[in-house]
Amino acid sequence: MTAVVAEGLRKRFGSTEALRGVDLEVPRSTVLGLLGPNGAGKTTAVRILTTLLEPDGGRAEIDGIDVLADPREARSRIGLTGQYAAVDERLTGFENLEHVGRLFHLGRREARTRATELLERFDLTDAGGRVSGGYSGGMRRRLDIAMSLVGDPSVLFLDEPTTGLDPRSRIAVWETIDELTRSGTTTLLTTQYLDEADRLADQIVVIDHGLVIARGTPADLKAQVGGEQVIVTLADAAELDAAAGALAPHACGEPIADGATRSLRVPVETVVGAVPGFVRALDAAGVPVVDVTTHQVTLDDVFFALTGRPVEPDPGDGPPTGPDTEDSSR
Amino acid sequence: MTTPSPASASTPRTRAPHVAHSPLLLVHDSWVEAIRHLRAMPRSPELLVYAAVQPLMFVILFVYVFGGAIVVPGYDDYRQFLIPGIFAQTVVFNSAFTGVGLAEDLTKGLVDRLRSLPIHQASVLIGRTLSDAVRNVLTFVVMIGVALLVGFRFEGTLPGALAATGLLLAFSYAFSWIQAWVGLSVKTVEAANSGGFIWMFPLTFVSSAFVDPASMPGWLQPVAENNPFTTLTNAARALYNGRDAGSDPWIALAWAVGITVVFAVIASRKFAATSRR
Ligand SMILES: Nc1ncnc2c1ncn2[C@@H]1O[C@H](COP(=O)(O)OP(=O)(O)OP(=O)(O)O)[C@@H](O)[C@H]1O
Ligand SMILES: [Mg+2]
Repeated sequence: MTAVVAEGLRKRFGSTEALRGVDLEVPRSTVLGLLGPNGAGKTTAVRILTTLLEPDGGRAEIDGIDVLADPREARSRIGLTGQYAAVDERLTGFENLEHVGRLFHLGRREARTRATELLERFDLTDAGGRVSGGYSGGMRRRLDIAMSLVGDPSVLFLDEPTTGLDPRSRIAVWETIDELTRSGTTTLLTTQYLDEADRLADQIVVIDHGLVIARGTPADLKAQVGGEQVIVTLADAAELDAAAGALAPHACGEPIADGATRSLRVPVETVVGAVPGFVRALDAAGVPVVDVTTHQVTLDDVFFALTGRPVEPDPGDGPPTGPDTEDSSR
Repeated sequence: MTTPSPASASTPRTRAPHVAHSPLLLVHDSWVEAIRHLRAMPRSPELLVYAAVQPLMFVILFVYVFGGAIVVPGYDDYRQFLIPGIFAQTVVFNSAFTGVGLAEDLTKGLVDRLRSLPIHQASVLIGRTLSDAVRNVLTFVVMIGVALLVGFRFEGTLPGALAATGLLLAFSYAFSWIQAWVGLSVKTVEAANSGGFIWMFPLTFVSSAFVDPASMPGWLQPVAENNPFTTLTNAARALYNGRDAGSDPWIALAWAVGITVVFAVIASRKFAATSRR
């Protein structure tokens, strides 16, 4: 079953067309990565799906519930971690979690148990009794993510969840998402980090200027951009044809021979585990090999090829603040 | 972060039970939201201190600085005239906390989080205004202490004094809803602060709170006399001093109820539209 469906989402802010007809589909228990440069419309899409914003056109469903017709029912199934950490700085970590639990009508005891559990899960047990205004950015972010899990959401929305986290916390968040996916949660996450999308997402949707410009699995997207290659360098250029013949069963396209460098570039589905097969096949054909190397396409290549722009410089700390991305209402 | 306990992955989901759109839910959610603010209150005691220092300053200013020059009809002792006016001004000024607090929740993204939860949306505003009413009660206790210190005497009956106090708190609650609307309209904390205060100065000074409106220039007198804040002050002053208040308490109460109803509707609409546009 499909957990999230969006059809033809459109949204305009004054003269800015933030979304110009975006379709999304997220199957249950999977992770969708929503990628795009600053100002692409990622946050706008998330805000529409989480009932915070009404689209100018299109429709959206969470677990088969129309978010426009029945926002409250939709809200009972979602968890949201917005782009900017939303914690009550006057309250402790524990109180913040307990508060959300009470608003989910969990009952006092249940809300406390849940708060304790989540503090532990996000490595905040020691800080749980302190006022969250004194937390570091990373701790606040972790608390924020924990708060979005209080209601045990069926669909989780994470808008740049790891921006500003240190590497250890990032990996911990990734592991939490893995674990949630295994237990049946569906996740839609936006990110600026392509390695993150590669690591987490089953499907990726790339948007730019409010339009979907590519979608597919990380592997699909990489293949679209030219795929991965194994590069074989031979002892003798005369053997290039023989090598191409021997490697044909391993290739997913026409190999490109280069006599000058005595090398053969062979496109493959994936370079992972490809090298031993190449070596065996060449050995069996009696072709002497000098070198075998691989070229892996990263999502950065994909992003660049699709948007014509390199990935934004590492934001490092805090949300990105490009001149055209400032959300004026904040 | 720890590895998942096997139990948490296999236990059935504790998904929030579907609660019908009932008034009970509104009461529960409002209460939970009010608790959020009440818990935070003792952590910034300076806010309560400001709330108490300000009436103290006005008392000193008017009793000791201007007091000698001010003559009011019907009161030999200016303090008996002034203090109820200062009570009224203080609780009304305190309503600015509502707008500032809401603007703070808006800018911090908390309103978005709350709006994404399956709660009764109105509870965010009701919880906020109720917790501010509690703050006002605390301020009132401090103010009564200050008043007694400078020699103010409650000369009316106890029920009269309680009625006056209730009326002032009701008026302040009504003003909280105006401030909620202001806070939601301006969206930044600084603007909520100035936008919340600026109009309250003429409102409270062009009234009977500090001087007899008859001593004002002719063109200003009708403004002061028809100011609902004048009605409120006159009602509270008469009740605290054990004099005949006439119909003023009822008119003031009607203002409080009317403002509450009108601005609760406007502010709730604004709240619903703030982010959903
Ligand atoms: N409330 C708003 N008022 C006016 N313009 C807005 C508003 N929200 C978003 N926009 C504009 O809509 C466009 C899309 O914004 P959005 O926040 O969805 O982008 P994003 O992909 O999340 O960007 P980022 O990577 O910087 O977070 C931008 O041009 C932005 O300036
Ligand atoms: Mg964004």
